[in-house]
Amino acid sequence: MRYEKPQTVAEAARLLSAEKGLSRILAGGTDVLVQMKSGLIEPDLIVDIKALPGLRSIVAEAGGFRVGAAVAGAQLAEDRDLKKAWPGVVEAANLIGSTQVQGRCTMAGNLCNASPAADSVPALVAAGATVRIAGPGAARDVAVETIPAGPGKTTLKKGEFVTSIFLPARPARSADAYLRFIPRSEMDIAVAAAAVNLTLDAEGRVTAARVALGAVAPTVLLVEAAAAALIGSKLEEAALEKLSAACSAAAKPIDDKRGSVAYRKDVVGVLAKRAARIAYTRAGGKQ
Amino acid sequence: MAFDAYQKREFKLVGTRVPRPDGIDKVTGRAMYGADPVAPGMLVGRILRSPHAHAKIVAIDTSEALALPGVKAVVTGADFVLPQDAFLADIGENAMAQGKSLYDGHAVAAVAAISAEVAKAALKKIKVTYEVLPHVTDVDAAMKAAAPVVREGLRLESVPDGAGGNVTHFCEFGHGDLAAGFAKADKIVERSFKTAATHQGYIEPHACLASVTADGKADLWCCTQGQFNVRWLCSELMGMEASQLRVTPSEIGGGFGGKTTVFIEPVALMLSKKAGRPVKIVMSRDEVFRATGPTVSTSIDVKIGMTKDGRITAGEAKLRYSGGAYQCMTVEMGGQAAFACYDLEAVRTQGWNVLTNRPKEAAYRAPGAPQAIYAVESVVDELCQEFGLDPIEVRIKNAAKKGTKSSYGPTFDDIGLMATLEAAKKHPHYTAPLKPGQARGVSCGFWFNFGGNTCVTLNVNTDGTVGVTEGNPDIGGSRASISLMAAEELGIPYEKVRTIVADTASLGFCDVTDGSRVTFAVGIATIRAARDAIKKMCGRAAKIWGIAEEAVEWREGAAHPAGPNAGKFPPMTLAEIAAVSFQTGGPIAGHHEVNADGAGVSFGVHLVDLEVDKETGATKIQRYTVFQDAGKAVHPDYVEGQMQGGAAQGIGWALNEEYIYGDDGRLQNAGFLDYRVPVASDLPPIEAVILEIPNPGHPYGVRGVGETSIVPPLAAISNGISRAVGKRLQQLPMSPPRVLKAIKSA
Repeated sequence: MRYEKPQTVAEAARLLSAEKGLSRILAGGTDVLVQMKSGLIEPDLIVDIKALPGLRSIVAEAGGFRVGAAVAGAQLAEDRDLKKAWPGVVEAANLIGSTQVQGRCTMAGNLCNASPAADSVPALVAAGATVRIAGPGAARDVAVETIPAGPGKTTLKKGEFVTSIFLPARPARSADAYLRFIPRSEMDIAVAAAAVNLTLDAEGRVTAARVALGAVAPTVLLVEAAAAALIGSKLEEAALEKLSAACSAAAKPIDDKRGSVAYRKDVVGVLAKRAARIAYTRAGGKQ
Repeated sequence: MAFDAYQKREFKLVGTRVPRPDGIDKVTGRAMYGADPVAPGMLVGRILRSPHAHAKIVAIDTSEALALPGVKAVVTGADFVLPQDAFLADIGENAMAQGKSLYDGHAVAAVAAISAEVAKAALKKIKVTYEVLPHVTDVDAAMKAAAPVVREGLRLESVPDGAGGNVTHFCEFGHGDLAAGFAKADKIVERSFKTAATHQGYIEPHACLASVTADGKADLWCCTQGQFNVRWLCSELMGMEASQLRVTPSEIGGGFGGKTTVFIEPVALMLSKKAGRPVKIVMSRDEVFRATGPTVSTSIDVKIGMTKDGRITAGEAKLRYSGGAYQCMTVEMGGQAAFACYDLEAVRTQGWNVLTNRPKEAAYRAPGAPQAIYAVESVVDELCQEFGLDPIEVRIKNAAKKGTKSSYGPTFDDIGLMATLEAAKKHPHYTAPLKPGQARGVSCGFWFNFGGNTCVTLNVNTDGTVGVTEGNPDIGGSRASISLMAAEELGIPYEKVRTIVADTASLGFCDVTDGSRVTFAVGIATIRAARDAIKKMCGRAAKIWGIAEEAVEWREGAAHPAGPNAGKFPPMTLAEIAAVSFQTGGPIAGHHEVNADGAGVSFGVHLVDLEVDKETGATKIQRYTVFQDAGKAVHPDYVEGQMQGGAAQGIGWALNEEYIYGDDGRLQNAGFLDYRVPVASDLPPIEAVILEIPNPGHPYGVRGVGETSIVPPLAAISNGISRAVGKRLQQLPMSPPRVLKAIKSA
C-alpha cells in the first residue's frame, strides 16, 4: 500500500486517476482507517488530502460558507457564524462518532462513505448544500444529494474527489434542525433520522421548506411531499400530522439488526415532526 | 465459641475507604494486562474461525499456509488428543473444532508467524472444505422434535423420554402440593418469557503468551479469573503434568465470570510447542463476541397463585436454557434461584438444557439467576397490579427468612432479605411521588455465593511490613480488602501491608475468582494466616522474655504479657519482633489453606424510576437505588462499586443488549456498536444502600457482594416499563421497537 500526501489538487487528481488498484481518500480517516483495520478493505493507494490548499478552513462566500473537505466536526462546532446560520447542519455533524472522533471526522467523509445512516447528510440535503468536485477535468459543483448512489457507493468518477461543501446564504427567519433515533444516548448509528430546513414570513408562516430523511432508504431521501405539508402552515397539528405521514410514506427502509421496517417508518415521522418544531422555534416562530 | 467464628467487634480499618493499591498503575497505563507481556523470539498467533453456524469439516489443507515464509506452526483439531472426561473434552473441542463447526466463529485452525501481517496472510491460505448442515439458534425451535440435532450423545440420564434431540439435561426442584396451593389462590397468572443471550462485555479482550520449551516445561501468562483453573484445563488438554505448567495471571480488565475458562490458551500452548518459540494470541473484539462465552438464552414459563391479600399460595416455573452447542448446567442454578426470595408452601421448578448452534456459555455474574428471577418477579408484579397491592408489602408478606425451607431445599440461616425490603420501603426513593409520565419498578434478587479452596501466605518482613500472597486475580478490589483484613487482624496500618496475586508455582491451589467468593474465602484464609503469624510472633516474644508462649497475648499490633503473673515486660510490636526474627528462630510467616464453606446467601432489592417515550418506545432510566446485604462491607467503595456495576450491566441487559442471529445462523452484531452496553450518559446516578447483617460463617461477618446486584434490574425495569405503557412486557431486551410494539397493542 502506498501513502501519498499531495500538495496540490491537480497532483491529488493525477495520483487517483493513475492508480490501477483500489484507492481511498484520507481526510479524518474515521471510516477508512477502521475499515482497513477490520479487513473490510485493503487499499493499494491512500491519498491524504489534508495538505491541499483550503481543505481545512471554513470561508465566507457569497453570504454562505465554504467548508473545506478536511474540516473536522469539532471545528464546525467552534465556528459561531456557521452555527448560527446552520444549527441543524452543525448539530448533525457533531453527532458523528464520539468526542474523540469529532476531532477528526469530516462532513465530506461522512458524505463519501455513503452510509444511508450518515448523520450530516440529511442535514446537508435539507440545507440545499452543494459539493465541489475536483478531478482530472475542471472542477464542478453538484447538489449534495447527487453524491450517494447506494450503501458504500458514490457517483464520483475515477480520479474525482470532494474538495469542499458549500452552504448557501440564508433569508431572514430561516433555521434548520436534525434529529436521529438511536437506542442509547450517544455513540451510535441512526436507526432513522430527519432534517428540516425552514424559512418563515413575518407572521410565522412557512414560506419555504426542505425535509430530508436518513437511514430509511439506500440513500438519503429529499421528501417534497413533506416540505409541501409545511409550506403555508404555522406548524399547526394538522400540518405536522401531514408531514409525519408524508415522511412515513416516503421511507423505504429495510429490516435489520438496528430496526424493523415498521418501526423505522413510524419513528421517522415522529422525528420529522419534532425536528420541524425545533427548526420553527429557531427561526423565530411561536407555536 | 470457635476460635474463628463470627464475633461482634469494633473495627479500626475494616469498613474504611482506603486508597486502592492498583489505582496509580491503572490510571497511568503502567498496569500489565494480558496483551502486555513480551518474550524473546515471540511469534504472533492468529485463529481461523468458521463462517458457518453448523457445518461438517470435510478437510483442512494447511500446506500453503505452512509454506508461506515466516509461518512457524499451524494447528488444527487433529493436534489435540481430547481427555475422556466430557467436561474437559468440551472445553478442548470449543477451543479448536473437531470435525464439525458448531457455531459461527468456532475456531478451526491457527497459525503462529513472525508478524501479524504474515499470520493474517497465512489464515487466508488455509483451505477448509465445509459441508454446511441445517442449524438452529433459537432455544424454543431447538426443543422441537423436528429441529436439527446440534450434537449427538450428550444427553444425560436425567432427561425424560420423549424430549427433543437437543435436550441434554433435565432438573427439578421444589416441595409441597402444587395443586392444593393453586386451589387456594384467588387469582392465578401464567406467563411466558424470553431472554436474549448477553455478553459480559469486559473491556479487555482475552490475551495470552505461551512458551513451551523443548524439555516439556511451559509458562503461560494470561488474563484470567483463575490461574489454577487455567493450569488444570490446559495441562489436561496438553497432556502435561500440572507442575510443568506455570500460569501467571495478568491484571484483568473485567471478567464478570467470562474469564473462568479457557479459549485461546490451549491453542497458544500448542502453537508454541510446535513452533518451539513463545506465541502470543490477542483476541479481536469480533472474536470475543463470536467465540467466547455469552450467557444462556432462555425461554421460561411461570405460573403463580395469590390470594387477594397478597399471599402467594403456589409457584411453578419451567425453564428452557441454552448454553450453546455444549452441555450446560446453568439451568440448575436458574431452577434453584427462581423462587428463592419467597417462603412458599408449594413450589416447583423444572429445567431443560437445550443445544443450539451458539457459542459455549460461560459464567456471567450470578449465572442463570437473573433470567429465572426476572420471569418470577414479573408475574409477582402483575399480581400486585391485579389486586392493587403495594409491591414491597407483598414481597414482605412472602419473604424468605431465617428458618424458611428454601425452594431449592436448604433451610435459610440469618439472611438479609427482610431488612433490605424494609430499607427500600422506608427510603426516600420509594416514598417520592412519581412525576407525570413516570413509572416505578421493584424487584428482589438472590444469589447463592460460594466459598471454596483457598490458600494464603502472609510474610512478616524484618522492617515491620507484611506481604500477603494470595491466588485469586483481583477483579473487584480484593487486594485492598485483603490488605485491610490482614492489617486489622495484625493491628498494623493498612499501608504496611501489600497483597499480591501469585502464579501457580508460588502458592497452593485456589479456586477461580467466582461465586462472589474472594473477599469472603480469601478473607477467612488471610485472617487465619494472620492469626498463625501472630501465634508465631507471640512465641518469639515469649522466647525473648523467657516466659511460656501461652502467657503472651496479641493486641494493638504488639505482643503483651497476658497478665501480671506472666511478668512485667514492655510490649513488643510486630516491627520489633520482626527486626530480631533472624536471631529468634528465623523468618516469620503465617499460612492457611481451607475449603471454605458458610458463604451465606445474598439478597438485594432494586428500585427504578423511568419514563418511556410513547412515540419511539425509548426508555430513560431516571432514578435507581440498590439495597443489598453485604454482611460486613470491608471496603465500602468497592461494595458500592459492585452494587452499581451489577445494576449498570442489568440495565443494559434489560434495555438493549442481545446476541442477534441472522437466518443464516451468523451473529449479526459482533461489536460494541451494535451490541449496545449502556454508555455513561445512559445511566442515572445509582445509589447504593449497604445493609450489614453479619454472616455467621465469616470471622468478620463478610458476605460476597459481587453477583446479586445483576439479578433484580431485569424485572425491576420490566415492571416499570409495563406499568408505564399499560402492557406486560415478556421479552428481553426491551429495545425501543419491542416497547413501541407493546404500546401500540396496549
